[in-house]
Amino acid sequence: MAPLTPSGNLRRRLIVSRIAQATAIAAALVAVAALAIVTFDVIKAGASALSLNFLIQDPPQFGGAGGGIRSDIVGTAVIVALAAMMAVPVGVLIAIYMTEFAGPKSRIANALRLGLDLMQGVPSIVIGIFVLGLLVRPLHKDSGFAGSVALAIIMVPLVARATQEVLRLVPSPMREASEALGVDRWRSILTVILPAAVGGIITGSILAVARAAGETAPLLVADSTFGPHLTFNWFGPMPNIPVSILVASDSLDPAGFPRAWGSALVLLALILLANIGARLLYARSRRKLAG
Amino acid sequence: MSASTAQKNRVRTFIADRRGIERSRGDQILRALCLAAGLLTAAVLVEIGYQVISGAAPAISKFGLGFLWHADWAPNLNHFGAGVMLYGTAVTSVIAMLIALPLSIAIALYLALMAPGPVRSVVGPLVEMLAAIPSVILGFWALIYFAPFVHAHLEPFLYNTFGFIPIFGPPQTTGLSIFTAGLILTVMIVPIIASLSRDLFLTVPRELIEGAEALGATRWEVIRGVVLPSTISGVAAATTLGLGRALGESIAVLSVIGTAAQIHKSVFETGNTLAARIANDIQYPVSGLQINSIFYLALILLVFGIVTNLMARAVARRYDINRAF
Repeated sequence: MAPLTPSGNLRRRLIVSRIAQATAIAAALVAVAALAIVTFDVIKAGASALSLNFLIQDPPQFGGAGGGIRSDIVGTAVIVALAAMMAVPVGVLIAIYMTEFAGPKSRIANALRLGLDLMQGVPSIVIGIFVLGLLVRPLHKDSGFAGSVALAIIMVPLVARATQEVLRLVPSPMREASEALGVDRWRSILTVILPAAVGGIITGSILAVARAAGETAPLLVADSTFGPHLTFNWFGPMPNIPVSILVASDSLDPAGFPRAWGSALVLLALILLANIGARLLYARSRRKLAG
Repeated sequence: MSASTAQKNRVRTFIADRRGIERSRGDQILRALCLAAGLLTAAVLVEIGYQVISGAAPAISKFGLGFLWHADWAPNLNHFGAGVMLYGTAVTSVIAMLIALPLSIAIALYLALMAPGPVRSVVGPLVEMLAAIPSVILGFWALIYFAPFVHAHLEPFLYNTFGFIPIFGPPQTTGLSIFTAGLILTVMIVPIIASLSRDLFLTVPRELIEGAEALGATRWEVIRGVVLPSTISGVAAATTLGLGRALGESIAVLSVIGTAAQIHKSVFETGNTLAARIANDIQYPVSGLQINSIFYLALILLVFGIVTNLMARAVARRYDINRAF
């Protein structure tokens, strides 16, 4: 046998190691393949429905084929924007408290962390049921606003966590320099620390919005009895993309399928693009903070 | 409070005193605003618990704890029990965990320890983006494309190979089954467990890994002897978080589980889960008691969510798990 060729026990160990590595690569391939297959199938099924008219027409009055998804797009945009307006300030303020005001062993910060963890752990359908009890049943109607509240609850922990992470990256010499110049805490937070962290905060907010835009369960509970028409009335039922897809896919009549696939493609494209964009932005702002 | 923080605070108070009070009022306002945001969050949490419990109260007083094991969910007879759904939730989650755990750990090991830099920076985000696919789209896709595939290929194969085990019964008329739901849950939790575990594996000190390599350990021996033992509790926490997600998923499961009314022995038959039952019945409830029973189901799910999260926190006290999901 040639020299330096593993033999016997070592050979066996190397073979085991190779097998393990091959398994790991195969596992990664499976995950990437799953993403590719789902994306490919959605594109294949949804592309034929897409057109300019698809985006600027409302769905047909009594279901069935044809029509567009204008009212769904507008409804989802309004609901998610309203949710973001509630969730982003709250999430950012909590993160500021935890990184800027609380000491390392602060009880309040620990309690907040626990609260955020628990909030993130509540299944989204349960958040929907909560909003059902809080807003929908007392008011006797579904509303876009109730949906926004539910989505905001889902977004707050995500925004808070992302903000906290990027605030921790802000170099402490910046804080110290600001303090040494005699600047008040609040002023240095608003004018020095937050501007340095804004890239990361925006990233976190985009990711939270992308997550909320696809959430179906809370909207199914709180905002599902809408008609096909365009509306800007938050306090009534608002059409939205996720519930429309679910209702169409649930229906016995496949005439609505093409429209549902088109919606799925629009939604998936927006969410994946938001994810990619947020990642690029985050990498950039991280580099800026680090160097 | 540590001595240095106390000292810092004294200095700060001193400076604030010298400046006069109105200058630090801004601090007080911002601090109060931040605390108010925190309090709001706490209040929402408490209110979630309160709403769910009070909505469930009539069902709790009518059915008591027997709700948990009674198997009939009969809106027309006004009798409700969660037995079928608890069974379905448990079985789908077990299927998902059995497949997802080895798969995600393998992915995490590949991304943290084996993949070359460029591959890692592409594959890592792709795996995480799998978690970004909305559950309604995943469910629709599974209904149209995946369930027929499972029905035509996977189920016959498993039945022919493992048919002697009763849970692998003969395939039914469609691919809508507990098994398909478990597979879809797998797709949803793999990215969660994989990316959390990858972050943990990256925290293993380089010296430990290099030390083992210097002693002649192969890649696999480094993983089995150094990386896995030193991160096992973190991986357990990540797994628990994945489990929490699987237990609570509603929409994707609703699309493929087939909404059964009784427990079937075979995983290739239809079933139901707590979350899927809520999502299904909330659309057309026929009685007040049914809505109360739906709240009762939500209460069970809420308890599951809280318990899995507290468990994950308890197991992973050593780690700062970065919960992006």
